[in-house]
Amino acid sequence: MHPAGSLIIFTVLSGLGFGLLAFLGAGIVRPVGWDAFAWFAAGYALAGGGLLASVFHLGHPERALLAFTQWRTSWLSREAVLAAAALGVMAPHAAGSVFFAQPLPVFGAIAALLCLATVIATSMIYATIRAVPRWHHWTTPAVFLAAALAGGALLAGQLRLAGALFAVLAVALALHWQAGDWRWRDAESTPGSATGLGRIGRVRLFERPHTGANYITREMVHVVGRRHSAKLRLIALLGGAILPATLLALMPPSLLAAGAALALHLAGMLAARWLFFAEAEHVVGLYYGRSSA
Amino acid sequence: MTDLPTSAGRKLGLVIDLDICVGCHACVTSCKEWNSQGYGAPLADVDAYGAAPEGAFLNRVHSFEVTPENAPPQLVHFPRSCLHCEDAPCVTVCPTGASHKRAEDGIVLVEESMCIGCGLCAWACPYGAREMDPAEQVMKKCTLCVDRIYNENLPPEDREPSCVRACPTGARHFGDLGDPSSAVSQLVAAREGFDLMPEQGTKPVNKYLPPREKDRATAAPALEPVGGAGGFLGWLDRALSRL
Ligand code: SF4
Ligand code: SF4
Repeated sequence: MHPAGSLIIFTVLSGLGFGLLAFLGAGIVRPVGWDAFAWFAAGYALAGGGLLASVFHLGHPERALLAFTQWRTSWLSREAVLAAAALGVMAPHAAGSVFFAQPLPVFGAIAALLCLATVIATSMIYATIRAVPRWHHWTTPAVFLAAALAGGALLAGQLRLAGALFAVLAVALALHWQAGDWRWRDAESTPGSATGLGRIGRVRLFERPHTGANYITREMVHVVGRRHSAKLRLIALLGGAILPATLLALMPPSLLAAGAALALHLAGMLAARWLFFAEAEHVVGLYYGRSSA
Repeated sequence: MTDLPTSAGRKLGLVIDLDICVGCHACVTSCKEWNSQGYGAPLADVDAYGAAPEGAFLNRVHSFEVTPENAPPQLVHFPRSCLHCEDAPCVTVCPTGASHKRAEDGIVLVEESMCIGCGLCAWACPYGAREMDPAEQVMKKCTLCVDRIYNENLPPEDREPSCVRACPTGARHFGDLGDPSSAVSQLVAAREGFDLMPEQGTKPVNKYLPPREKDRATAAPALEPVGGAGGFLGWLDRALSRL
């Protein structure tokens, strides 16, 4: 799949934002006044800003409100509804903490759950696409959720907890890659099943239907730097999870340790998300000369 | 609504005969032509006369080489378009309700005035049947020529999809695959028509008919060896070997 820069940045930042808001809502940190302002503003900016950016990336942003209507079947619609609900329900808790030094734990707790549900909904947009075998697996929501929780704990200043969650994230990432490699290798869909000609013999593309690119080849049959995937996986795993976990375990809790862990985590997660798209093969590639292994 | 309807029994669709298709792309061009003026935004091209022309199409013809066990390879031309799936994943993922499947005849359509151009439906389709219009930024797909098949302004023989009408070899058939007695259903039964990627769980309505088994020429007898001991050919053989 085409690794669109906007999608990569949006999913990483909004995941981080909803993670932070979940910790603030759950009352694991209870800042008030200016402290609360800084924390909630960061959470809203990351979570809401990412969402807004993704809306303006659409072909028709003026119709974006329609995306709230199909929550009964569409995970994208559920993501929109849950995100709006999370930010809305969090507002009284945030306002209470900032202006009246009075957190409203009930609003906060519900909003925290909604934040996590939003992250899961984002991941389910990908995980439910059967035509992309690498995504169609429980490790997809596991990675999104672990990343949001670990990053959120870090931003919320819960450094010990964050360290442990980074270790969970490392395991989730490794499982996701391994499961993905197996899923593509053992994929049921092959050039033979895509054309139905497998019953006759071995199937190979002879000629493409068009000589240039089209929407399908650019979006879904995209081949970019997959040969660097082993190196990038190492960078993603070390930067995104293992180094932050080690740092937080070894260094005494400090702003410096947290800042360094955050910078590493962000860089690693951007690499991981890039791979998430770039490595994902869509079965439509079988019509364009890709084989299944 | 992106809920899938409970079928009214009618399932309009195409049956494509891979034995007959000669890969002429007439269906591709006639589809492009019809859909540049009828339903929704005209199917656009970009840089049509430039160095890197491309555009949206609703139908594409691929060519595959198939090599049976112990027989020479054969070439199969393979038209690919929306299969109007019964369990259409493209419909259920749509956040706006633009993508829908009609209860009355099973046609899968995009209501373009509701489409935000997010592209998720194109990701969800295993068959690459949806392409974003490069000018309008709304999703385009085969409409089964919904603006022809019920169109009383057209003579009756034209009330079928443009691709079916255009095919010079009769490789494309249109009809109700929900009715076991229809001509298309009988054709599918007689020729062992099949689904594309049934493992994706989409339950396509369109069916493909397999190429018929080819005659296999018996191995040609080896040629008599040229040359030999004497005579003119013997002399020629020796003369050529000396060169
Ligand atoms: S072929 Fe693709 S676009 Fe058409 S109904 Fe099936 S999943 Fe949807
Ligand atoms: S591109 Fe349009 S039709 Fe497709 S899922 Fe998005 S809103 Fe629905």
